Amino acid sequence: MADSATLRVSLFHAIGLGDTLSVGGKGANLGELTRAGIRVPPGFVVTTACFVEFLATADPNRSIRRAIESLDAADTNAIAALSGEVRARLEAAALPAAVEDEIAAHYSKLCAADADMPVAVRSSATSEDSEDASFAGLQDTYLWLRGAERVIHHVRACWASLYSPESVAYRRRLNFPEDGLAMGVVVQQMVNSRCSGVMFTRSPLTGDRSVIAIEGSYGLGSCIVSGEVTPDKFVVNKVSGDIVDRAVMQKTMMHVPDLEAGGISERAVEEALQNVACLSDAEVTALAKLGRNIEKHYGKPQDIEWAIAHGDDTEIFLLQSRPETVWSRKDAKPVVAPKANALEHVFAVFGGKR
Amino acid sequence: MSRNGGKNPFPLPSEIAGVPGAEGWEEMYPYFSHFRPEDDERFWFYNSMHFPEPMPAFDAMSAEIAYIALGAVMTRVFAFPTALGIEHRIVNGRVYITSNAVTDPDEIQRRLAEFQKRAGHYYANWTKLFGEWKERMQALVREVKAVRVPELGDFEPMSTVETARGIAENHYVREAFNRTLELYSKMWQHHFEFLMLGYGAYLVFFQFCKTAFPEIKDQTVSRMVAGIDVLMFRADDELKRLARKAIEFGVDGKFTETGKAEDIMHALEQLGEPGRKWLAELEISREPWFNISPGDGFYHHERSWNDDLSLPFSAIPRYIQMVKDGANLDRPKERLTAERTKLIADYRELLATDEDKASFDQMLALSHEVFPYVEDHKFYCEHWFVTSFYNKMREFGALLARKGVVKNGEDIFQLRYQEIEEALADVALSWAAGTPCAGGQHFQPIIARRKKMLAVLKEWNAPPALGPMPEAIEDPAVQMLWGITSESLEMWSRPDSERDAHEIRGFAAAPGVVEGIARVLKDVSEISSVAEGDILICPVTNPSWGPVFGKIKAAVSDIGGTMSHAAIVAREYGLPAVVGTGQATRRIVTGQRVRVDGDRGIVTILE
Repeated sequence: MADSATLRVSLFHAIGLGDTLSVGGKGANLGELTRAGIRVPPGFVVTTACFVEFLATADPNRSIRRAIESLDAADTNAIAALSGEVRARLEAAALPAAVEDEIAAHYSKLCAADADMPVAVRSSATSEDSEDASFAGLQDTYLWLRGAERVIHHVRACWASLYSPESVAYRRRLNFPEDGLAMGVVVQQMVNSRCSGVMFTRSPLTGDRSVIAIEGSYGLGSCIVSGEVTPDKFVVNKVSGDIVDRAVMQKTMMHVPDLEAGGISERAVEEALQNVACLSDAEVTALAKLGRNIEKHYGKPQDIEWAIAHGDDTEIFLLQSRPETVWSRKDAKPVVAPKANALEHVFAVFGGKR
Repeated sequence: MSRNGGKNPFPLPSEIAGVPGAEGWEEMYPYFSHFRPEDDERFWFYNSMHFPEPMPAFDAMSAEIAYIALGAVMTRVFAFPTALGIEHRIVNGRVYITSNAVTDPDEIQRRLAEFQKRAGHYYANWTKLFGEWKERMQALVREVKAVRVPELGDFEPMSTVETARGIAENHYVREAFNRTLELYSKMWQHHFEFLMLGYGAYLVFFQFCKTAFPEIKDQTVSRMVAGIDVLMFRADDELKRLARKAIEFGVDGKFTETGKAEDIMHALEQLGEPGRKWLAELEISREPWFNISPGDGFYHHERSWNDDLSLPFSAIPRYIQMVKDGANLDRPKERLTAERTKLIADYRELLATDEDKASFDQMLALSHEVFPYVEDHKFYCEHWFVTSFYNKMREFGALLARKGVVKNGEDIFQLRYQEIEEALADVALSWAAGTPCAGGQHFQPIIARRKKMLAVLKEWNAPPALGPMPEAIEDPAVQMLWGITSESLEMWSRPDSERDAHEIRGFAAAPGVVEGIARVLKDVSEISSVAEGDILICPVTNPSWGPVFGKIKAAVSDIGGTMSHAAIVAREYGLPAVVGTGQATRRIVTGQRVRVDGDRGIVTILE
């Protein structure tokens, strides 16, 4: 942990939740999961120290930071104008050579087996992926990138995305000091998945903590997240391990990587597969087991993104896990008011006073 | 109670038409069980759980006397705050009931104060009081068996004269009959003494689990509470013991699945010492364990194993074969205990807060304390006592038959108990006068008519409910006692056309989904017709059906909840089960292919 504070780049297996300040929430989480023995697509994090280094060269006299701090949170026009200007300036700025070299070296190690290995570049903000999920989604993510140059370009784009109008407005509303701003950037192998989806380690409908809800569809998970397909749904009981409910939906399209242009393109699902469950029972069970392990590791219900790679073996990859937020807020309140003894519970129910 | 959206889905009691051929059924039941004009204002539901068949005139007394006891416990003894007793009415032979709720908040508070003192006393002393209860119940069984029904022979026994008793046998006819009914009434009072409180404690835990885990299945909650050593399992265990003894004594060759009990017993007698040793073991098992019937304790025709040994004897050969094949027939108590412990620990662990874990522990501990009563009372009450009671009534039936009032002893059950009293007065008078009874001419046409009416009424399709449908069922006592929820009302109220003609719904009692060939048994006496891999469809199952559970693929019953013994046995055998369908034996025919979904409680007729 002590080392990573000064390191420019940290590999997933070298970091954990305790490193959030140096690698950001997403990176810390991926490291934590990797260390827990969970199969996460390999990768590394460009640390917040690099961001500080970058900003020191790109904003040597703190003029950007001062300008932002002087903005009024309600003045959206001023925020939009300044945001555009700062973003353009940062995207055009060169990274410090040491930072560029380290990213390029780690990228080539990551792609040692396959020089064309596509990677994702994701922002990893220091307050993202926390239970206060408000920061999440405000920063950018770039998928299916190949080549060190493009990776470096998008790492910079991630940092520049900190100056999007939404992010700036959000920081101004919280009166967040600009010197406290930091962001790590995750560079991670992409999984070209046969199917993928999300998993809640409690019921999203009722909050029930004894079940796991899984949604899955063909191809990449982005089409589920964006709501473009209605995924298959499975419910697994945590205690018995049984699949207690399932709904197989018609899945007409899927997202596949666009390796030429980068990013994602749409493709039709073969007719014969459209009404077939995208997961076998064994895969559903394996996913649920994985969900349970992750939940146990963190000690609270999780909201998980997963993918299963092409190939004969069921290779489940864990893409992301964060605490479930909607129902967890209600957990603080007990199911029934605590009582001195069992009889008081009986009297409360039968006295019509629960 | 207000009407739901204008058109009421259920007929009013006054709208129920008679069934051709059963006109005048009212004569079989007391006046207070007939619907009254003002009953149209109230909501009633058919108690198919306890009374799945039209009531013979005598058996209707079991509704009357049981509800006298149930209501006393709810309304007066423990003062349940929100629920008084229930009322029953009989129409076309079927028993409908309604519950009386307390809604005035001040009255609820007044009753709650009483309830806390009264229920509190029982909960605080539960195990000790239950121990005393068992003694009392065994005494009641002894007493009812000991009731002496006079022979009324040619002359009074000489002993009456020698002891100068001064009271002739015809007096004792009345005394014995009254005594038998009194003991029956006392049994029901004791039956409900603990039952409502037992269910109450369970309901509190059940509601907690349903709130904490909204998707938990009823049967999962049941499994956390259900006992491992339950008296009702004992009879089946005894059969296994007898199978082992048969092998040990070298008499197993005498047992065949088709052999009659009396022939086998005769053959064993002939074998000399080893055969007699086995018969001695049989006697040990019979008292008290074979005092169980295949029913639920409400009908006279549900005889005990002791009354009809064909069921136990038809099961023994199979167990003998299993022992020879090296199977371990013992119930895996250690494994079952370990599974229950793990299930509890797993759900407890999933609770979000320490407060909830503490509440869970408190409620579960109370449930575990009270549940042995809920599970074991049936052996003492509905089985041991009730079968003994009906047998005592058969002695009165034999007396009436000897005196020509009825053609055969079983006909006594076609008479209301008040009519039997009349008939016995006739017997006592005619014995005293030295003349024949008038009762034959009077009662035999009545009996013949009633038998016909019952046969006709059996085919009547009783509506699940009558009267204005309530908006919702919220009273925990109603949900607890009758398993009736707003959802079941909604399902009942759908017109027949909207219900899937191939689907029968009940309670999901044991998990799993299987398809197979249905074997519909209306009566346990047909049990030997069950073949390997059949799906058993039966009115009610309890552990007296245990011997067939090893053969079948799934079980479906008309009656019973997720805590019923059918459910518990099915879970132990790992068989899917749907219970409490109300109508499976009427809608399914032997030989049909059916699917049993024990996860959702649905039976589908596939062809």
